[in-house]
Amino acid sequence: MTTLAPPVTPSVAARRNRRRRPRAARSPWLHVAMIPVTLLWLSPIVFVLFVAIRSYDDIAARGLGALPASFSTDGFATALTDGGVLEALGNSVVVTAWAVFLSLALSSVAAYALSRFAIPGRRTILLTMLAGNLLPPQILLVPVAAITEAIGIADTRTALVIVQVGFGIGFYTFVLHGFMRSLPTEVFEAARLDGAGPGGIFWRIVLPLSRPSLAALAALATTWIFNDLIWAMTVLRTESKFPITAALLNLQGGFASAWNVVAAGSLIAAIPTAIVFFMFQKQFVSGLLVGANK
Amino acid sequence: MSAQPSAPARERRSRLARVPLLVWVFLLVPFVIELFWVFWPAANSFSLSLTRWDGITLAEPVGLQNFRDLAADPIFLTALRNNVIWVFGFGGLSVVGGLVLAVTLNKPGPLVGLYRSAIYLPMVVSLAVSGLFWRVMYAPEGPINGTLGLLGLESLERQWLADPAVALWAVLIAAVWRQVGYIMVLYLAGLKGTDPTLEEAAAVDGANAWQRFWRIVMPQLRGVNTVVFAVTVIDSLRTFDIVWAMTRGGPYNETQLLSTYMFQQAFTTGNLGYASAIAVVIFALAIGFIITYLARQARTED
Repeated sequence: MTTLAPPVTPSVAARRNRRRRPRAARSPWLHVAMIPVTLLWLSPIVFVLFVAIRSYDDIAARGLGALPASFSTDGFATALTDGGVLEALGNSVVVTAWAVFLSLALSSVAAYALSRFAIPGRRTILLTMLAGNLLPPQILLVPVAAITEAIGIADTRTALVIVQVGFGIGFYTFVLHGFMRSLPTEVFEAARLDGAGPGGIFWRIVLPLSRPSLAALAALATTWIFNDLIWAMTVLRTESKFPITAALLNLQGGFASAWNVVAAGSLIAAIPTAIVFFMFQKQFVSGLLVGANK
Repeated sequence: MSAQPSAPARERRSRLARVPLLVWVFLLVPFVIELFWVFWPAANSFSLSLTRWDGITLAEPVGLQNFRDLAADPIFLTALRNNVIWVFGFGGLSVVGGLVLAVTLNKPGPLVGLYRSAIYLPMVVSLAVSGLFWRVMYAPEGPINGTLGLLGLESLERQWLADPAVALWAVLIAAVWRQVGYIMVLYLAGLKGTDPTLEEAAAVDGANAWQRFWRIVMPQLRGVNTVVFAVTVIDSLRTFDIVWAMTRGGPYNETQLLSTYMFQQAFTTGNLGYASAIAVVIFALAIGFIITYLARQARTED
Protein backbone atom coordinates (compact mmCIF):
# COMPACT_ATOMS: atom_id res chain seq x y z
CA MET A 1 0.00 0.00 0.00
CA THR A 2 2.10 2.85 -1.21
CA THR A 3 0.87 6.31 -1.92
CA LEU A 4 2.36 7.63 -5.10
CA ALA A 5 3.68 11.13 -5.16
CA PRO A 6 1.65 13.41 -7.41
CA PRO A 7 3.27 14.17 -10.76
CA VAL A 8 5.33 17.33 -10.65
CA THR A 9 5.05 19.58 -13.66
CA PRO A 10 8.42 20.69 -15.10
CA SER A 11 7.92 24.34 -14.25
CA VAL A 12 7.19 23.58 -10.63
CA ALA A 13 10.09 21.16 -10.47
CA ALA A 14 12.38 23.75 -11.97
CA ARG A 15 11.26 26.36 -9.52
CA ARG A 16 11.75 23.93 -6.66
CA ASN A 17 15.24 23.07 -7.79
CA ARG A 18 16.22 26.66 -8.08
CA ARG A 19 15.13 27.22 -4.50
CA ARG A 20 16.70 23.96 -3.47
CA ARG A 21 13.77 23.10 -1.26
CA PRO A 22 14.35 19.98 0.77
CA ARG A 23 12.00 17.37 -0.59
CA ALA A 24 11.27 15.62 2.70
CA ALA A 25 9.27 12.72 1.31
CA ARG A 26 12.03 11.68 -1.09
CA SER A 27 14.92 11.93 1.30
CA PRO A 28 16.29 8.58 2.49
CA TRP A 29 16.35 10.01 6.02
CA LEU A 30 12.58 9.76 6.12
CA HIS A 31 12.84 6.00 5.78
CA VAL A 32 15.86 5.77 8.05
CA ALA A 33 13.73 7.37 10.77
CA MET A 34 10.35 5.90 9.95
CA ILE A 35 11.17 2.23 9.42
CA PRO A 36 12.37 1.73 13.03
CA VAL A 37 9.49 3.83 14.37
CA THR A 38 6.98 1.77 12.39
CA LEU A 39 8.49 -1.51 13.55
CA LEU A 40 8.51 -0.27 17.13
CA TRP A 41 4.87 0.77 16.77
CA LEU A 42 3.83 -2.61 15.47
CA SER A 43 5.96 -4.56 17.94
CA PRO A 44 3.33 -4.93 20.70
CA ILE A 45 0.90 -6.40 18.18
CA VAL A 46 3.58 -8.70 16.75
CA PHE A 47 4.72 -9.91 20.18
CA VAL A 48 1.17 -10.61 21.30
CA LEU A 49 0.71 -12.61 18.11
CA PHE A 50 3.90 -14.55 18.86
CA VAL A 51 2.70 -15.33 22.38
CA ALA A 52 -0.74 -16.33 21.16
CA ILE A 53 0.53 -18.94 18.71
CA ARG A 54 3.01 -20.55 21.09
CA SER A 55 2.17 -23.53 23.24
CA TYR A 56 1.86 -23.21 26.99
CA ASP A 57 4.90 -25.47 27.53
CA ASP A 58 7.03 -23.43 25.14
CA ILE A 59 6.21 -20.22 27.02
CA ALA A 60 6.79 -21.87 30.40
CA ALA A 61 10.15 -23.27 29.30
CA ARG A 62 11.59 -20.38 27.30
CA GLY A 63 9.90 -17.29 28.69
CA LEU A 64 7.42 -14.83 27.29
CA GLY A 65 9.92 -12.76 25.36
CA ALA A 66 11.39 -15.60 23.27
CA LEU A 67 10.59 -15.96 19.59
CA PRO A 68 8.12 -18.74 18.80
CA ALA A 69 9.61 -22.25 18.66
CA SER A 70 6.24 -23.94 18.57
CA PHE A 71 2.96 -23.40 16.79
CA SER A 72 -0.24 -24.13 18.58
CA THR A 73 -3.80 -22.90 18.36
CA ASP A 74 -4.52 -24.05 21.92
CA GLY A 75 -4.52 -20.46 23.14
CA PHE A 76 -7.28 -19.53 20.72
CA ALA A 77 -9.27 -22.70 21.37
CA THR A 78 -9.10 -22.31 25.16
CA ALA A 79 -9.93 -18.61 25.05
CA LEU A 80 -12.94 -19.16 22.80
CA THR A 81 -14.45 -22.04 24.77
CA ASP A 82 -13.33 -22.24 28.41
CA GLY A 83 -12.46 -18.55 28.49
CA GLY A 84 -15.95 -17.60 27.28
CA VAL A 85 -14.57 -15.30 24.58
CA LEU A 86 -16.96 -16.64 21.95
CA GLU A 87 -19.99 -15.92 24.11
CA ALA A 88 -18.63 -12.48 25.01
CA LEU A 89 -17.97 -11.72 21.36
CA GLY A 90 -21.61 -12.56 20.65
CA ASN A 91 -22.73 -10.16 23.41
CA SER A 92 -20.51 -7.42 22.02
CA VAL A 93 -21.80 -7.86 18.50
CA VAL A 94 -25.45 -7.78 19.59
CA VAL A 95 -25.00 -4.75 21.87
CA THR A 96 -22.91 -2.87 19.30
CA ALA A 97 -25.29 -3.56 16.41
CA TRP A 98 -28.35 -2.37 18.32
CA ALA A 99 -26.62 0.60 19.90
CA VAL A 100 -25.14 1.83 16.60
CA PHE A 101 -28.43 1.38 14.76
CA LEU A 102 -30.55 3.11 17.40
CA SER A 103 -28.03 5.91 17.96
CA LEU A 104 -27.86 6.77 14.29
CA ALA A 105 -31.61 6.42 13.76
CA LEU A 106 -32.45 8.72 16.67
CA SER A 107 -29.73 11.24 16.00
CA SER A 108 -30.52 11.49 12.30
CA VAL A 109 -34.15 12.41 12.98
CA ALA A 110 -33.07 14.90 15.65
CA ALA A 111 -30.48 16.40 13.31
CA TYR A 112 -33.11 16.65 10.56
CA ALA A 113 -35.50 18.49 12.86
CA LEU A 114 -32.80 20.87 14.07
CA SER A 115 -31.29 21.57 10.67
CA ARG A 116 -34.38 22.08 8.49
CA PHE A 117 -37.00 23.57 10.81
CA ALA A 118 -37.26 26.74 12.84
CA ILE A 119 -37.24 25.05 16.22
CA PRO A 120 -37.08 27.79 18.87
CA GLY A 121 -33.70 27.74 20.63
CA ARG A 122 -32.29 25.19 18.22
CA ARG A 123 -28.68 26.30 18.67
CA THR A 124 -28.93 25.96 22.43
CA ILE A 125 -30.55 22.54 22.10
CA LEU A 126 -27.84 21.41 19.70
CA LEU A 127 -24.95 22.58 21.87
CA THR A 128 -26.61 21.17 24.99
CA MET A 129 -26.84 17.79 23.29
CA LEU A 130 -23.17 17.95 22.29
CA ALA A 131 -22.20 19.02 25.81
CA GLY A 132 -23.86 15.91 27.22
CA ASN A 133 -21.49 13.74 25.22
CA LEU A 134 -18.45 15.66 26.46
CA LEU A 135 -19.23 15.15 30.13
CA PRO A 136 -16.83 12.80 31.90
CA PRO A 137 -18.75 9.50 32.19
CA GLN A 138 -17.71 9.30 35.86
CA ILE A 139 -20.27 11.96 36.73
CA LEU A 140 -23.00 9.65 35.39
CA LEU A 141 -21.97 6.21 36.61
CA VAL A 142 -23.52 6.03 40.09
CA PRO A 143 -26.91 7.55 39.16
CA VAL A 144 -27.09 5.52 35.92
CA ALA A 145 -26.54 2.33 37.90
CA ALA A 146 -29.25 3.46 40.33
CA ILE A 147 -31.69 4.30 37.53
CA THR A 148 -31.26 0.90 35.87
CA GLU A 149 -32.01 -0.69 39.27
CA ALA A 150 -35.04 1.53 39.80
CA ILE A 151 -36.68 0.77 36.45
CA GLY A 152 -35.85 -2.93 36.67
CA ILE A 153 -33.37 -3.26 33.79
CA ALA A 154 -30.22 -3.55 35.89
CA ASP A 155 -27.78 -6.17 34.67
CA THR A 156 -29.34 -6.51 31.20
CA ARG A 157 -27.82 -6.00 27.78
CA THR A 158 -30.83 -3.81 26.99
CA ALA A 159 -29.71 -1.39 29.67
CA LEU A 160 -26.22 -1.30 28.17
CA VAL A 161 -27.66 -0.50 24.72
CA ILE A 162 -29.88 2.27 26.13
CA VAL A 163 -27.02 3.83 28.10
CA GLN A 164 -24.72 3.76 25.06
CA VAL A 165 -27.42 5.37 22.92
CA GLY A 166 -28.20 8.04 25.50
CA PHE A 167 -24.57 9.01 25.94
CA GLY A 168 -23.64 8.99 22.23
CA ILE A 169 -26.70 10.63 20.71
CA GLY A 170 -25.56 14.22 21.34
CA PHE A 171 -22.34 13.88 19.39
CA TYR A 172 -23.90 12.06 16.44
CA THR A 173 -26.72 14.61 16.26
CA PHE A 174 -24.23 17.45 16.22
CA VAL A 175 -22.21 15.94 13.38
CA LEU A 176 -25.24 14.99 11.30
CA HIS A 177 -26.74 18.43 11.84
CA GLY A 178 -23.64 20.02 10.35
CA PHE A 179 -23.96 17.80 7.31
CA MET A 180 -27.72 18.10 6.79
CA ARG A 181 -27.58 21.88 7.05
CA SER A 182 -25.24 21.93 4.08
CA LEU A 183 -27.69 20.09 1.81
CA PRO A 184 -29.03 22.38 -0.95
CA THR A 185 -32.42 23.95 -0.20
CA GLU A 186 -33.61 23.40 -3.79
CA VAL A 187 -33.97 19.67 -3.25
CA PHE A 188 -36.30 20.29 -0.34
CA GLU A 189 -38.35 22.87 -2.22
CA ALA A 190 -38.78 20.46 -5.13
CA ALA A 191 -39.90 17.65 -2.85
CA ARG A 192 -42.31 19.94 -1.05
CA LEU A 193 -43.83 21.03 -4.35
CA ASP A 194 -44.29 17.36 -5.16
CA GLY A 195 -46.38 17.15 -2.00
CA ALA A 196 -43.95 15.27 0.22
CA GLY A 197 -44.45 15.74 3.98
CA PRO A 198 -41.65 16.17 6.51
CA GLY A 199 -41.48 12.42 7.09
CA GLY A 200 -41.37 11.63 3.38
CA ILE A 201 -38.67 14.22 2.76
CA PHE A 202 -36.57 12.74 5.55
CA TRP A 203 -36.96 9.17 4.32
CA ARG A 204 -36.66 9.74 0.57
CA ILE A 205 -34.23 12.66 0.39
CA VAL A 206 -32.32 13.45 3.57
CA LEU A 207 -31.46 9.91 4.55
CA PRO A 208 -30.08 8.81 1.14
CA LEU A 209 -28.09 12.04 0.80
CA SER A 210 -26.63 11.61 4.29
CA ARG A 211 -25.22 8.16 3.55
CA PRO A 212 -21.54 9.24 3.52
CA SER A 213 -21.67 10.92 6.92
CA LEU A 214 -23.82 8.12 8.34
CA ALA A 215 -21.18 5.64 7.15
CA ALA A 216 -18.37 7.62 8.78
CA LEU A 217 -20.29 7.87 12.04
CA ALA A 218 -21.23 4.19 11.91
CA ALA A 219 -17.58 3.19 11.55
CA LEU A 220 -16.62 5.42 14.45
CA ALA A 221 -19.55 4.45 16.69
CA THR A 222 -18.92 0.76 16.06
CA THR A 223 -15.36 0.97 17.36
CA TRP A 224 -16.38 3.18 20.30
CA ILE A 225 -19.22 0.99 21.48
CA PHE A 226 -17.47 -2.29 20.77
CA ASN A 227 -14.40 -1.09 22.67
CA ASP A 228 -16.27 0.31 25.66
CA LEU A 229 -15.40 -1.02 29.07
CA ILE A 230 -16.66 1.41 31.69
CA TRP A 231 -20.37 1.35 30.81
CA ALA A 232 -20.36 -2.43 30.63
CA MET A 233 -18.76 -2.65 34.06
CA THR A 234 -21.25 -0.16 35.46
CA VAL A 235 -24.42 -1.73 34.08
CA LEU A 236 -23.66 -5.48 33.99
CA ARG A 237 -22.88 -7.91 36.79
CA THR A 238 -23.46 -11.36 35.33
CA GLU A 239 -20.40 -12.68 33.55
CA SER A 240 -22.34 -14.45 30.81
CA LYS A 241 -23.69 -11.07 29.67
CA PHE A 242 -20.30 -9.32 29.55
CA PRO A 243 -19.06 -7.88 26.27
CA ILE A 244 -15.60 -8.86 25.11
CA THR A 245 -13.66 -6.07 26.87
CA ALA A 246 -15.00 -6.86 30.33
CA ALA A 247 -14.83 -10.62 29.70
CA LEU A 248 -11.14 -10.35 28.77
CA LEU A 249 -10.27 -8.73 32.07
CA ASN A 250 -11.90 -11.70 33.81
CA LEU A 251 -10.05 -14.05 31.51
CA GLN A 252 -6.85 -12.40 32.57
CA GLY A 253 -7.71 -13.12 36.18
CA GLY A 254 -8.73 -16.71 35.55
CA PHE A 255 -5.85 -17.65 33.24
CA ALA A 256 -3.20 -15.48 34.87
CA SER A 257 -0.28 -17.76 34.04
CA ALA A 258 -1.61 -18.95 30.67
CA TRP A 259 -0.28 -16.03 28.66
CA ASN A 260 -1.07 -17.68 25.36
CA VAL A 261 -4.78 -17.74 26.26
CA VAL A 262 -4.81 -14.09 27.34
CA ALA A 263 -2.90 -13.05 24.21
CA ALA A 264 -5.18 -15.06 21.94
CA GLY A 265 -8.26 -13.59 23.61
CA SER A 266 -6.92 -10.04 23.18
CA LEU A 267 -6.24 -10.63 19.51
CA ILE A 268 -9.71 -12.06 18.94
CA ALA A 269 -11.16 -8.96 20.62
CA ALA A 270 -9.20 -6.71 18.28
CA ILE A 271 -10.24 -8.52 15.08
CA PRO A 272 -13.79 -7.14 14.61
CA THR A 273 -12.73 -3.51 14.96
CA ALA A 274 -9.69 -4.18 12.79
CA ILE A 275 -12.02 -5.49 10.07
CA VAL A 276 -14.18 -2.37 10.34
CA PHE A 277 -11.03 -0.30 10.15
CA PHE A 278 -9.58 -1.96 7.05
CA MET A 279 -12.89 -2.17 5.20
CA PHE A 280 -13.90 1.39 5.98
CA GLN A 281 -10.51 3.04 6.45
CA LYS A 282 -11.59 6.18 4.59
CA GLN A 283 -14.85 6.53 6.50
CA PHE A 284 -13.05 5.76 9.74
CA VAL A 285 -10.51 8.53 9.26
CA SER A 286 -13.14 11.01 8.13
CA GLY A 287 -15.17 9.93 11.16
CA LEU A 288 -12.27 10.84 13.41
CA LEU A 289 -12.12 14.24 11.81
CA VAL A 290 -15.77 15.15 12.18
CA GLY A 291 -16.25 17.84 14.71
CA ALA A 292 -12.53 18.46 14.80
CA ASN A 293 -11.70 19.81 11.41
CA LYS A 294 -13.72 22.83 10.51
CA MET B 1 -29.25 38.80 9.73
CA SER B 2 -30.51 42.16 8.55
CA ALA B 3 -33.31 43.95 10.36
CA GLN B 4 -35.43 44.08 7.23
CA PRO B 5 -35.49 40.59 5.74
CA SER B 6 -36.10 40.45 2.01
CA ALA B 7 -39.40 39.07 0.81
CA PRO B 8 -38.16 35.55 -0.06
CA ALA B 9 -36.28 35.31 3.24
CA ARG B 10 -39.37 36.30 5.19
CA GLU B 11 -41.39 33.81 3.23
CA ARG B 12 -38.86 31.07 3.92
CA ARG B 13 -38.77 31.89 7.57
CA SER B 14 -42.54 31.82 7.93
CA ARG B 15 -42.59 28.49 6.17
CA LEU B 16 -39.85 27.21 8.46
CA ALA B 17 -41.72 28.51 11.47
CA ARG B 18 -44.53 26.03 11.07
CA VAL B 19 -42.94 23.06 12.76
CA PRO B 20 -45.08 20.00 12.06
CA LEU B 21 -45.96 17.71 14.95
CA LEU B 22 -43.92 14.86 13.46
CA VAL B 23 -40.81 17.04 13.52
CA TRP B 24 -41.34 17.79 17.20
CA VAL B 25 -41.46 14.06 17.81
CA PHE B 26 -38.27 13.65 15.76
CA LEU B 27 -36.51 16.13 18.00
CA LEU B 28 -38.02 15.39 21.37
CA VAL B 29 -37.63 11.61 21.51
CA PRO B 30 -33.81 11.70 21.22
CA PHE B 31 -33.57 14.87 23.29
CA VAL B 32 -35.62 13.44 26.15
CA ILE B 33 -33.61 10.19 26.05
CA GLU B 34 -30.43 12.21 26.45
CA LEU B 35 -31.93 14.39 29.17
CA PHE B 36 -33.03 11.32 31.09
CA TRP B 37 -29.86 9.24 30.67
CA VAL B 38 -27.22 12.00 30.75
CA PHE B 39 -28.34 15.27 32.30
CA TRP B 40 -30.63 13.84 34.97
CA PRO B 41 -27.90 11.44 36.24
CA ALA B 42 -25.30 14.21 36.08
CA ALA B 43 -27.50 16.45 38.23
CA ASN B 44 -28.02 13.57 40.64
CA SER B 45 -24.28 13.12 41.07
CA PHE B 46 -24.07 16.63 42.45
CA SER B 47 -26.72 16.02 45.07
CA LEU B 48 -25.29 12.57 45.89
CA SER B 49 -21.88 14.13 46.46
CA LEU B 50 -23.39 15.85 49.51
CA THR B 51 -24.49 12.59 51.07
CA ARG B 52 -23.19 9.39 52.56
CA TRP B 53 -24.85 6.52 50.70
CA ASP B 54 -24.24 2.78 50.48
CA GLY B 55 -26.85 2.19 47.77
CA ILE B 56 -29.13 0.21 50.07
CA THR B 57 -30.24 2.40 52.95
CA LEU B 58 -31.40 5.98 52.49
CA ALA B 59 -28.75 8.53 51.56
CA GLU B 60 -27.74 10.57 54.58
CA PRO B 61 -27.00 14.25 53.92
CA VAL B 62 -23.55 15.27 55.17
CA GLY B 63 -23.05 18.65 53.53
CA LEU B 64 -19.54 19.22 52.27
CA GLN B 65 -18.03 16.55 54.51
CA ASN B 66 -17.11 14.31 51.52
CA PHE B 67 -15.04 17.11 50.03
CA ARG B 68 -13.33 17.80 53.35
CA ASP B 69 -12.53 14.08 53.59
CA LEU B 70 -11.15 14.11 50.04
CA ALA B 71 -8.76 16.92 50.90
CA ALA B 72 -7.28 14.72 53.66
CA ASP B 73 -7.40 11.42 51.73
CA PRO B 74 -3.84 10.43 50.71
CA ILE B 75 -5.09 8.09 47.95
CA PHE B 76 -7.22 10.85 46.46
CA LEU B 77 -4.26 13.21 46.57
CA THR B 78 -2.09 10.60 44.84
CA ALA B 79 -4.80 10.14 42.21
CA LEU B 80 -5.02 13.90 41.71
CA ARG B 81 -1.24 14.21 41.39
CA ASN B 82 -1.17 11.27 38.96
CA ASN B 83 -3.92 12.87 36.90
CA VAL B 84 -1.89 16.06 36.61
CA ILE B 85 1.13 13.98 35.52
CA TRP B 86 -1.19 12.17 33.13
CA VAL B 87 -2.50 15.38 31.52
CA PHE B 88 1.02 16.64 30.90
CA GLY B 89 2.76 13.32 30.23
CA PHE B 90 0.09 11.57 28.19
CA GLY B 91 -1.15 14.79 26.62
CA GLY B 92 2.31 16.22 25.96
CA LEU B 93 3.83 13.06 24.53
CA SER B 94 0.87 12.25 22.29
CA VAL B 95 0.53 15.81 20.99
CA VAL B 96 4.25 16.23 20.32
CA GLY B 97 4.51 12.72 18.85
CA GLY B 98 1.39 13.18 16.73
CA LEU B 99 2.50 16.57 15.45
CA VAL B 100 6.03 15.41 14.61
CA LEU B 101 4.69 12.36 12.78
CA ALA B 102 2.09 14.43 10.93
CA VAL B 103 4.72 16.90 9.72
CA THR B 104 7.06 14.03 8.78
CA LEU B 105 4.38 12.09 6.92
CA ASN B 106 2.55 15.08 5.45
CA LYS B 107 4.03 14.87 1.95
CA PRO B 108 3.03 11.79 -0.01
CA GLY B 109 5.76 9.43 -1.09
CA PRO B 110 6.65 5.76 -1.28
CA LEU B 111 5.76 3.86 1.90
CA VAL B 112 4.24 6.96 3.54
CA GLY B 113 0.75 5.44 3.46
CA LEU B 114 2.12 2.32 5.10
CA TYR B 115 3.80 4.31 7.89
CA ARG B 116 0.62 6.25 8.55
CA SER B 117 -1.48 3.09 8.75
CA ALA B 118 0.98 1.50 11.17
CA ILE B 119 0.86 4.54 13.45
CA TYR B 120 -2.91 4.70 13.63
CA LEU B 121 -3.52 0.96 13.67
CA PRO B 122 -3.42 0.83 17.52
CA MET B 123 -6.51 3.01 17.56
CA VAL B 124 -8.68 0.08 16.47
CA VAL B 125 -7.54 -1.88 19.52
CA SER B 126 -9.68 -0.97 22.51
CA LEU B 127 -8.00 0.68 25.47
CA ALA B 128 -8.75 -2.38 27.58
CA VAL B 129 -7.15 -4.70 25.03
CA SER B 130 -4.21 -2.30 24.57
CA GLY B 131 -3.70 -2.68 28.29
CA LEU B 132 -3.58 -6.47 27.95
CA PHE B 133 -1.16 -6.19 24.99
CA TRP B 134 1.16 -4.09 27.09
CA ARG B 135 0.87 -6.41 30.07
CA VAL B 136 2.49 -8.99 27.79
CA MET B 137 5.18 -6.48 26.81
CA TYR B 138 5.89 -5.52 30.42
CA ALA B 139 5.76 -9.06 31.87
CA PRO B 140 8.83 -9.88 34.00
CA GLU B 141 9.99 -12.42 31.38
CA GLY B 142 8.47 -10.40 28.57
CA PRO B 143 9.79 -8.82 25.39
CA ILE B 144 10.88 -5.52 26.94
CA ASN B 145 13.05 -7.07 29.63
CA GLY B 146 14.22 -9.64 27.07
CA THR B 147 15.31 -6.91 24.65
CA LEU B 148 17.09 -4.99 27.41
CA GLY B 149 18.90 -8.20 28.32
CA LEU B 150 19.97 -8.76 24.70
CA LEU B 151 21.32 -5.21 24.55
CA GLY B 152 23.34 -5.80 27.72
CA LEU B 153 21.19 -3.40 29.73
CA GLU B 154 20.20 -5.87 32.44
CA SER B 155 20.44 -3.10 35.03
CA LEU B 156 17.37 -1.45 33.44
CA GLU B 157 15.24 -4.60 33.62
CA ARG B 158 12.48 -4.37 36.17
CA GLN B 159 8.96 -5.42 37.11
CA TRP B 160 7.48 -2.56 35.14
CA LEU B 161 3.92 -2.78 36.45
CA ALA B 162 4.78 -3.80 40.01
CA ASP B 163 7.46 -1.19 40.65
CA PRO B 164 5.81 1.89 42.21
CA ALA B 165 8.53 4.14 40.80
CA VAL B 166 7.81 3.38 37.14
CA ALA B 167 4.34 1.79 36.99
CA LEU B 168 2.49 5.02 36.18
CA TRP B 169 4.86 5.84 33.34
CA ALA B 170 4.67 2.29 32.03
CA VAL B 171 0.89 2.60 31.76
CA LEU B 172 1.24 6.08 30.31
CA ILE B 173 3.49 4.87 27.50
CA ALA B 174 0.91 2.24 26.58
CA ALA B 175 -1.79 4.93 26.44
CA VAL B 176 0.41 7.20 24.30
CA TRP B 177 1.05 4.31 21.90
CA ARG B 178 -2.67 4.26 21.20
CA GLN B 179 -3.33 8.02 21.17
CA VAL B 180 -0.54 9.27 18.89
CA GLY B 181 -2.27 8.00 15.74
CA TYR B 182 -5.42 9.95 16.54
CA ILE B 183 -3.53 13.19 17.09
CA MET B 184 -1.53 12.55 13.91
CA VAL B 185 -4.74 12.20 11.88
CA LEU B 186 -6.06 15.48 13.29
CA TYR B 187 -2.84 17.32 12.44
CA LEU B 188 -2.57 15.73 8.99
CA ALA B 189 -6.01 17.14 8.23
CA GLY B 190 -4.95 20.51 9.65
CA LEU B 191 -1.80 20.56 7.53
CA LYS B 192 -3.84 19.84 4.43
CA GLY B 193 -5.67 23.10 5.10
CA THR B 194 -2.52 25.23 5.29
CA ASP B 195 -1.43 27.39 2.39
CA PRO B 196 1.82 26.04 0.87
CA THR B 197 2.53 29.28 -0.99
CA LEU B 198 3.06 31.11 2.31
CA GLU B 199 5.74 28.63 3.24
CA GLU B 200 7.37 28.93 -0.17
CA ALA B 201 7.40 32.70 0.12
CA ALA B 202 9.07 32.45 3.53
CA ALA B 203 11.63 30.06 2.05
CA VAL B 204 12.43 32.63 -0.62
CA ASP B 205 12.95 35.17 2.12
CA GLY B 206 15.52 32.82 3.62
CA ALA B 207 13.57 31.36 6.53
CA ASN B 208 14.91 27.94 7.53
CA ALA B 209 12.67 24.90 8.04
CA TRP B 210 12.41 25.46 11.80
CA GLN B 211 11.40 29.12 11.41
CA ARG B 212 8.96 28.27 8.62
CA PHE B 213 7.30 25.69 10.84
CA TRP B 214 6.93 27.90 13.91
CA ARG B 215 6.19 31.20 12.19
CA ILE B 216 4.19 30.09 9.14
CA VAL B 217 2.70 26.65 9.66
CA MET B 218 1.90 26.68 13.38
CA PRO B 219 -0.18 29.87 13.32
CA GLN B 220 -2.31 28.31 10.58
CA LEU B 221 -2.92 25.28 12.80
CA ARG B 222 -4.52 27.35 15.54
CA GLY B 223 -7.95 25.82 15.08
CA VAL B 224 -6.63 22.26 15.16
CA ASN B 225 -4.51 23.10 18.18
CA THR B 226 -7.55 24.24 20.16
CA VAL B 227 -9.41 21.05 19.34
CA VAL B 228 -6.40 18.82 20.05
CA PHE B 229 -5.78 20.62 23.32
CA ALA B 230 -9.37 20.34 24.54
CA VAL B 231 -9.79 16.74 23.36
CA THR B 232 -6.52 15.71 25.01
CA VAL B 233 -7.36 17.19 28.39
CA ILE B 234 -10.92 15.82 28.33
CA ASP B 235 -9.56 12.38 27.37
CA SER B 236 -6.91 12.54 30.09
CA LEU B 237 -9.51 13.22 32.76
CA ARG B 238 -11.69 10.38 31.47
CA THR B 239 -8.89 7.80 31.24
CA PHE B 240 -10.01 4.65 32.93
CA ASP B 241 -9.93 1.51 30.79
CA ILE B 242 -6.23 1.17 30.19
CA VAL B 243 -5.27 1.72 33.82
CA TRP B 244 -7.96 -0.65 34.99
CA ALA B 245 -6.81 -3.31 32.55
CA MET B 246 -3.14 -2.98 33.45
CA THR B 247 -2.89 -2.24 37.17
CA ARG B 248 -6.35 -1.45 38.69
CA GLY B 249 -4.62 1.52 40.28
CA GLY B 250 -1.93 -0.57 41.97
CA PRO B 251 0.75 -1.18 43.16
CA TYR B 252 -0.12 0.55 46.45
CA ASN B 253 -2.42 2.97 44.59
CA GLU B 254 0.60 4.36 42.74
CA THR B 255 -1.17 4.34 39.35
CA GLN B 256 -4.52 5.45 40.71
CA LEU B 257 -6.21 8.13 38.60
CA LEU B 258 -9.30 10.07 39.67
CA SER B 259 -11.48 7.92 37.44
CA THR B 260 -10.17 4.59 38.74
CA TYR B 261 -10.35 5.71 42.36
CA MET B 262 -13.88 6.96 41.78
CA PHE B 263 -14.88 3.62 40.24
CA GLN B 264 -13.31 1.67 43.10
CA GLN B 265 -15.04 3.78 45.72
CA ALA B 266 -18.38 3.40 43.94
CA PHE B 267 -18.49 -0.21 42.85
CA THR B 268 -15.87 -2.04 44.93
CA THR B 269 -16.15 -0.29 48.28
CA GLY B 270 -19.72 0.93 47.87
CA ASN B 271 -19.14 4.49 49.09
CA LEU B 272 -21.50 6.01 46.53
CA GLY B 273 -21.64 9.48 48.06
CA TYR B 274 -17.87 9.72 48.36
CA ALA B 275 -17.46 8.41 44.79
CA SER B 276 -19.88 11.06 43.56
CA ALA B 277 -17.78 13.72 45.25
CA ILE B 278 -14.74 12.47 43.27
CA ALA B 279 -16.86 12.57 40.11
CA VAL B 280 -17.78 16.18 40.87
CA VAL B 281 -14.06 17.01 41.16
CA ILE B 282 -13.43 15.38 37.76
CA PHE B 283 -16.30 17.41 36.33
CA ALA B 284 -14.96 20.62 37.84
CA LEU B 285 -11.55 19.98 36.29
CA ALA B 286 -13.04 19.14 32.88
CA ILE B 287 -15.70 21.83 32.52
CA GLY B 288 -13.36 24.61 31.42
CA PHE B 289 -12.06 22.50 28.56
CA ILE B 290 -15.53 21.30 27.62
CA ILE B 291 -16.61 24.94 27.31
CA THR B 292 -13.52 25.75 25.22
CA TYR B 293 -14.41 22.93 22.85
CA LEU B 294 -18.09 23.89 22.74
CA ALA B 295 -17.27 27.55 22.09
CA ARG B 296 -15.16 26.55 19.12
CA GLN B 297 -17.88 24.27 17.76
CA ALA B 298 -20.48 27.00 18.27
CA ARG B 299 -18.35 29.39 16.23
CA THR B 300 -18.07 26.94 13.34
CA GLU B 301 -21.85 26.50 13.48
CA ASP B 302 -22.35 30.17 12.53
